[in-house]
Amino acid sequence: MSKTIMVVDDSSSIRQVVSITLKGAGYEVIEACDGKDALAKLTGQKVHLIVSDVNMPNMDGISLVREVKQLPQYKFTPIMMLTTESGASKKEEGKKAGARAWLVKPFQPPALLSAVAKLA
Amino acid sequence: MSIEDTFREEADELLIDLEAAMLELEEQPDDADCVDRAFRAMHTIKGSGAMFGFDKLAAFTHHLENAFDLVRSGDLKITKELISISLDSGDHIRDLLEVKESNSDIDQASQQLLDRLKLLVGTESDNGSNSLNDADVIIEQDDATSEDIKTYRINIKPDENSFANGMDPLPILRELNDLGICNVTACTDELPEFDKYDAEKCYLSWEIILSTDQVLNSIEDVFIFVDDDWKITIEQIDESDNASSVTEYNCHVEHQDEHINLPEKIDSKNDDLAILVDKQTIPETLPIKKKSKKQKTKEVVNVKVPAEKLDSLMDLVGELVIAQARLNQSAGVLHDSALTNIAEDMERLSSELRDNTLGLRMLPIGTTFSRFRRLVRDLSNDLGKQIELVTEGGETELDKTVIDKLSDPLIHLIRNSIDHGIETPEVRKASGKSEKGTVLLTAVHSESNVIVTIKDDGSGLDAEAIREKAIERGVITLDSTPTPQDLYNLIFDAGFSTAKEVSNISGRGVGMDVVKRSIEDLRGKVSINSVPGEGSTVTIVLPLTLAIIEGLLISVSKENYVIPLTIVEECIELTKQEVMQANGKQLIEVRGELVPYLRLRECFSNDSDNPDIEQIIIVKNGSSRFGFTVDEVIGQHQTVIKGLGKMYEGIHGVAGATILGSGDVAIILDAPALIELAVTDNNTMH
Repeated sequence: MSKTIMVVDDSSSIRQVVSITLKGAGYEVIEACDGKDALAKLTGQKVHLIVSDVNMPNMDGISLVREVKQLPQYKFTPIMMLTTESGASKKEEGKKAGARAWLVKPFQPPALLSAVAKLA
Repeated sequence: MSIEDTFREEADELLIDLEAAMLELEEQPDDADCVDRAFRAMHTIKGSGAMFGFDKLAAFTHHLENAFDLVRSGDLKITKELISISLDSGDHIRDLLEVKESNSDIDQASQQLLDRLKLLVGTESDNGSNSLNDADVIIEQDDATSEDIKTYRINIKPDENSFANGMDPLPILRELNDLGICNVTACTDELPEFDKYDAEKCYLSWEIILSTDQVLNSIEDVFIFVDDDWKITIEQIDESDNASSVTEYNCHVEHQDEHINLPEKIDSKNDDLAILVDKQTIPETLPIKKKSKKQKTKEVVNVKVPAEKLDSLMDLVGELVIAQARLNQSAGVLHDSALTNIAEDMERLSSELRDNTLGLRMLPIGTTFSRFRRLVRDLSNDLGKQIELVTEGGETELDKTVIDKLSDPLIHLIRNSIDHGIETPEVRKASGKSEKGTVLLTAVHSESNVIVTIKDDGSGLDAEAIREKAIERGVITLDSTPTPQDLYNLIFDAGFSTAKEVSNISGRGVGMDVVKRSIEDLRGKVSINSVPGEGSTVTIVLPLTLAIIEGLLISVSKENYVIPLTIVEECIELTKQEVMQANGKQLIEVRGELVPYLRLRECFSNDSDNPDIEQIIIVKNGSSRFGFTVDEVIGQHQTVIKGLGKMYEGIHGVAGATILGSGDVAIILDAPALIELAVTDNNTMH
């Protein structure tokens, strides 16, 4: 059975690229447009990895990580941040919240896939 | 649609949002929400732009994003100049979206804007210029050359319990290996005696000598997500190697020098440190007060669907409506009550489906309205006038196609109001008005129409000037006495402009007729009214949709026609006797009012004879009424409008065609055009 990855980004074009890359590698993809949307879409199904942007309206990526860690069913789901932010303080904040990896945009699809393969 | 197009569309939406935020900030410079919105818009444009190879765009936007980051942190104030730069930059980003390659004009424009920004940011805070350099590092990460290869010694000592916690050191070693040439040495000193060995514990540590062109940051990044309990040291080794004072664990490093060629001299060490320092000096606090009032968030979840899919859905619904009409007809002929029941259910469902599908295409007109705020701002600045744009009814929904096509005419009308309508502050003051002029843009629903008005409180139209001009142009004769209302509407005639001087904003005399034509193409109507000294009001009446209408099906000797039901007022009989009493004049008395009528039979050169009793369909034509005689009124009909194809494009009086349940084609009449045709024919005959 293929693994399911949730992709959270407010940029529809980025979502599209990530989805196409992941689907091409055989993953199932659930898309969400911000943190709130992502939480609403975590409805009990098995999710192997969440790939999330940081800077988003409604709920940003780091708050999403904190929220997900509160959900009994998803608290162990690894979360990778995929963002243009590369500042150490942001990374530190993400790590403290419980994110497991940090990939900086723009990314190369192979880099995304290898990072995903490590976590999912 | 390619991903690049998706990005362009997305960027366009973000730019509109950016613009709206800027205009709001202009009024309320302390609005932290708006700053956030602007920042996020630029952040996303930058991120996605870099992703899709719009490097110049990404680099440019990055500077702007930084400036707004400074605003967020309170290090930079919102000023008129910053807003102005941001708005201009928004326009420039639009240009950059079109051009991916290098182009000296565009580069120059980028540089000019950045210089302006630098001037602003540089005087307020030093962080600004530092961040600008930082941008280049991010964008050009991939292009780093091998000239500055540095060597690092990295010691990794995982926490004893890391295996139990599910942390595997191997991916980290792999990641380091990806960064450059790596020599890994495992330290096995702490391995206990076999009988004391706990398989779940990690006793190993590693020393890695890494030669890489990557900056120190990227090495640190590898470790940012490991547990705090791991002991990690990273040190740069240069020739003299006197930095290696840290020896935390006992490692066997035997082959270091055999495998790695240490660079002879490392000059750029300081650069790396500089970058780190920059990052640390960026403030992290947000002194701007968050709005205490409840923030309105958009809770509506949207699904984006390509317009073509909606169009084809609309077509299918159209076909379904036609099939349903056939079913109705068959059920009527067969007199089968069960079938009739089904047909009635189908009719109900298909009309609901039709309404829902039409609803999908509906967008609030406010999306267009918000674009105009920028227009008004720029124009009033150019002209030295003080003008406020007030919009009402932005939530009124209209078909997307109609909204798209309405944008240009509205821009023209608003420009006219600003240029010709509203006076300069001095003139306004002299005539006892407030110095600030207002352009009021409203939209309301009215039956199956949407009425859009553009009202200004300017000087109003000069009826006498229009009259003189009209006589000069031969539009009206010297002795004719048109009402002021008629005179005002003459400005929609081709080549009619009363502005004495042609400005770059309006007054070239092209435009108002184009406005009228584009609105008529949307099956809409435009008219203007004016009160001297108080201002003018342009009223545009638009149909809700262009795809399916309720029509009245009529026939003239076996030929079918449809008249849009919205304009039909009533149907009355016309007997031969009444025709004779009118002495050849095509007029009929309807409850005391004389209404002119037209024979469709004559309009469409049908040679058959008139029946003894004809039917007259009375339609609204603006404020007056007009009749069309037909042989038979068949009844109400859901009319799916189909184009007539290129061959019959532009035929006056015909709005399209539709397919009936029987498979026959019915012509959809454009009643206002037919009436106009009849009136001009009549005028030329006399």
